[in-house]
Formats: sequence, C-alpha cells, structure tokens
Amino acid sequence: MILKKVLVPVAALILFGIFWELLVWANGWPNYKMASPSDLWPAFWKFRWLFLEYGWDTLWRTVVGLLLSVFFGVFLGMVMGLSRTMRDALYPLLVGFNAIPKATVVPIIALLFVGQHDMNTILIAFLISFFPIAVSVSIGLSTLEPEYRDILASLGASKFTIFWKIALPKTLPEFFGALKVAVTLAFIGTNLMEIVEPHGRGLGHLFDSGKISADYPLMFAVLIALALMGIVLYYIVVALEQVFAGWAERPQT
Amino acid sequence: MIQSLISIKSVRHAYKTASGPLPVLDGLDIDVPEGGFVAVVGPSGCGKSTLTRLLAGLMKPDEGEVWLHGERVTGPKSTVGMAFQNPVLLEWRTILQNVMLPLEIVSTKMSRREQEERARHLLALVGLEGFEGKRPSELSGGMRQRASLCRAIVHKPEVLILDEPFGALDAFTREDLWQTMHRVKSEEPFTGVLITHDLRESIFLADQVVVLSGRPARTQYVMDVHLGAERDIEDLYTPDSAEALRVLRHQIRVAQGRAEDTEQEAAE
Repeated sequence: MILKKVLVPVAALILFGIFWELLVWANGWPNYKMASPSDLWPAFWKFRWLFLEYGWDTLWRTVVGLLLSVFFGVFLGMVMGLSRTMRDALYPLLVGFNAIPKATVVPIIALLFVGQHDMNTILIAFLISFFPIAVSVSIGLSTLEPEYRDILASLGASKFTIFWKIALPKTLPEFFGALKVAVTLAFIGTNLMEIVEPHGRGLGHLFDSGKISADYPLMFAVLIALALMGIVLYYIVVALEQVFAGWAERPQT
Repeated sequence: MIQSLISIKSVRHAYKTASGPLPVLDGLDIDVPEGGFVAVVGPSGCGKSTLTRLLAGLMKPDEGEVWLHGERVTGPKSTVGMAFQNPVLLEWRTILQNVMLPLEIVSTKMSRREQEERARHLLALVGLEGFEGKRPSELSGGMRQRASLCRAIVHKPEVLILDEPFGALDAFTREDLWQTMHRVKSEEPFTGVLITHDLRESIFLADQVVVLSGRPARTQYVMDVHLGAERDIEDLYTPDSAEALRVLRHQIRVAQGRAEDTEQEAAE
C-alpha cells in the first residue's frame, strides 16, 4: 500500500522527465529556448553551494512568512467568524487588499523598510498568503450549525468551551485546505521580493543571475529547485492534516 | 396539588424582524408530571422549535414562565438533555467519546471509569454494542440517531427534549427507534417532551399529546393517550388508536385553518 503510494507519483515524475527530454530532442530546441532535464544536472552541480545557501534563504523566509500567515489568518478568521459586525466591517477591506497585485506592493515595502531584506521578503510572503486562511477559518466558524452550539450551551457550557470543543476542531479541515493554498502562495511571495528587488539572496536572486548571464539551464534548474521545495512543504502540511484532521477523510468504500 | 416537573404557563414570545415583531407563541400552557412524556404536534412553522429553546433555557420568553422542578428557568441548566433531527455528532470523536461529551461539561460524581461504563451500557441498550470505537461517518443515519439519544441521557437529565429526532429517518428505522425509546424509558426513566410531525409517533411514544394552533401558537387541544407502558406497533392499528388519530388529524386541520375541508370530506 505505502509502496504503491510512493511508487506511483515517482513513476509519474520520471515519465514526465522523459517526455520533457524527448520533446526538446525531437524539436531540436536549443537550451536558450527550452532546457532539457539533461542540461539541468550540470547546472545544479556547478552551482551546488549557491543552491544550498540560497535555497535555505528562500525556504526559511517562506516558512516564517507562512507561520505569520497562520497566526494572523487564524486570528482574523476568528474575529470575523465569531462577530457578524466585524465580518461586515473587515470583509470589503480584506477583499480589496487581496485584489492588489503583490508585485506592486514589493517596491512600496522595499521603500518602507530600506535594507531590511529578510523582513521585507517575509512580509511579502505573509501578505500574499494569509487571505485564504482568514477566509476559510471565518467561514468555518460562521457556518457552524446552531444545534452544535445548543447541545453544549443547553448544559451551561461557556462560549470558550463551545469554541474549544466544537468550533475549533470543526474548522480544522477548512483550515488545512487553505494552508495548502497558502504554502504555494508564500513561495510566490518570497520569490517575488527576491526577483523584483534583488538583494543578492535567495533562489530568486540565483534566477536573476541566470537571466543576466544568459545561463538558461540555471534558470530552469532554479524553477525545478523551487518546485521540489514546494512539494516538500506541501506534503509536510498534508502530514499535519492527517494527524490533526484525518477524521474528515471519508472511509474508502 | 401535584407539582408538575415541567410547567409552561401562558408563555408569549415574538421574534424581532425587519418588518416588526413576529409573534410565534401566544398563550402556551403545557404541564408534564414527573416521569411523563408529552408529545407536541402542530402545523409546520408554529413555533415548536422555539418551545425547545425555551425549555432548555437557551432563550427567555417575552411573557409567561417556564418552570422545571419547581424552579423558574432563567438560563441553561445541566439537568436537560437534548436530541435534534440532525444528530450533530462530532466527526472527530468516536461514538463512545461523543456519548461522553456532556459528562465533560456537567460535573458528576462518577469517576472516569464509571462514566465510560455508563456510556457503554447506554450504547448497548440502544443496540450499538461493538460500535463504540467507530466514527460517526461510519454509521448509518438511524445508528447516529441512537448514539445522539445516548448522549442526551448520559448525564441523567431530569428532562429530555426531543426535537423531531426521528424526522429524517425512513419508516422502518423510525419504528425501530420508537421501540428503542420504550426500552430506554423503562430502564432510564425520564420526563420528556417530544416535538414531532408524526401523529402515529406521538400516540405511540407519549402519554399525552398537545396540539398547538397555527402561528402564533397556543395550546389548542390536549389528548391523553391510553396505551399501556408496554407498547407494540400493532397497538397503532386498534379501533381506539384509529379514533385517536382521526381526532388528532382533525385538530391539526383546525390548527391549519382548514377545518371546513374535513367536515366536507366527512359529509361526502
């Protein structure tokens, strides 16, 4: 069972790589048009230390941004989910903010906090990824059926007890669903900052260097490295979901 | 004077809506003696659910009084158990943990071990032995409703409020659950109020049926049910039961404001 769970996706990845290689080979594309998987390995190897160093920069800044998103998003979601007035007040603001393309926010943040590269990058990763978390938590809390509240309220349970024993666990599946979206968004945020406001750090910077020095395989290699990191973080979230909200998965029939 | 365990005295209540107050209860009187089981029937939207919330102390009536065991109800009391049409089991808990939920809120003298034993005993009583460790999603609708019933009585409430608990079940499952209710009541005596749309259910389960008028609801008609403590589905098909059902059906028509239809039918 577990073997199958690992083998199937790995086989799909390998097939994808072969297909990609064949496509480039059959069309005779030069590597500045489309690098092939066989070009990537030399690029990785040549810059292996930079990949490690910059990869780490990107990874930790993304994770910190994501953690901020979780705290702030859950807090905002709770405020909006438990108070009708707050929801009416905050929703338009939130939607409006989310509609602003974050690429336009990057230079503003960069000007606000000149030179604070770590903070700026984390801030963008956070700003781009908290929205789905806040919305899903607020929806999860506000759509709680009144009967769920009544079974505990009729026994004289406090608001906090009802929240802790019922509302919070009931919202977990929605929360994790949103977190999966937020993971990828946070990566976009980090790289946006690293590419639009280059400051010599992160995989975004490595991508930019590849572009400047016309090293096309390097650019592709950065993309693949980002994809790999995205996959790893995503599956960490999936594992956490299994632990905390595994009950929401219907038994297979 | 015999004191009723549940006493609802000339209760009036109106909801505030955008287009002015909407009266739902207008002079409601219900008395249930200790150990009694009263079924409340009425046209849909006549305020039956409001009645359950009043009894549970989840809201206060505009006028009138609700008394439980000689005490005026002013807020939620742990001496009440509730079951709804939706079994509202918590999906992340096992059936046993679901049944034990009220014991986490209400302080009891039972030890943790005794609590679990009691929950297991109740589950066995309703025929859910062997399902204690299952999740609600693994159970059928009827089984979930049985578990919900166990949760409603696990803390030995003085009053059991059932708000159409069998409304969403198919006819056979429903009749099974009626029998289960009798079994539970004989082992775990309670005083109950059952809200229902099903007239057969009302006379099969209750000792007294109260018919509410259409909105705003008042007590329109009260009927005592003369079936013994031991009841069988066959008891619903005796001439006495047929007559009782006919009277109740007529009362519902009156409540709906369609009494003339019945008289016309009778004349034809």
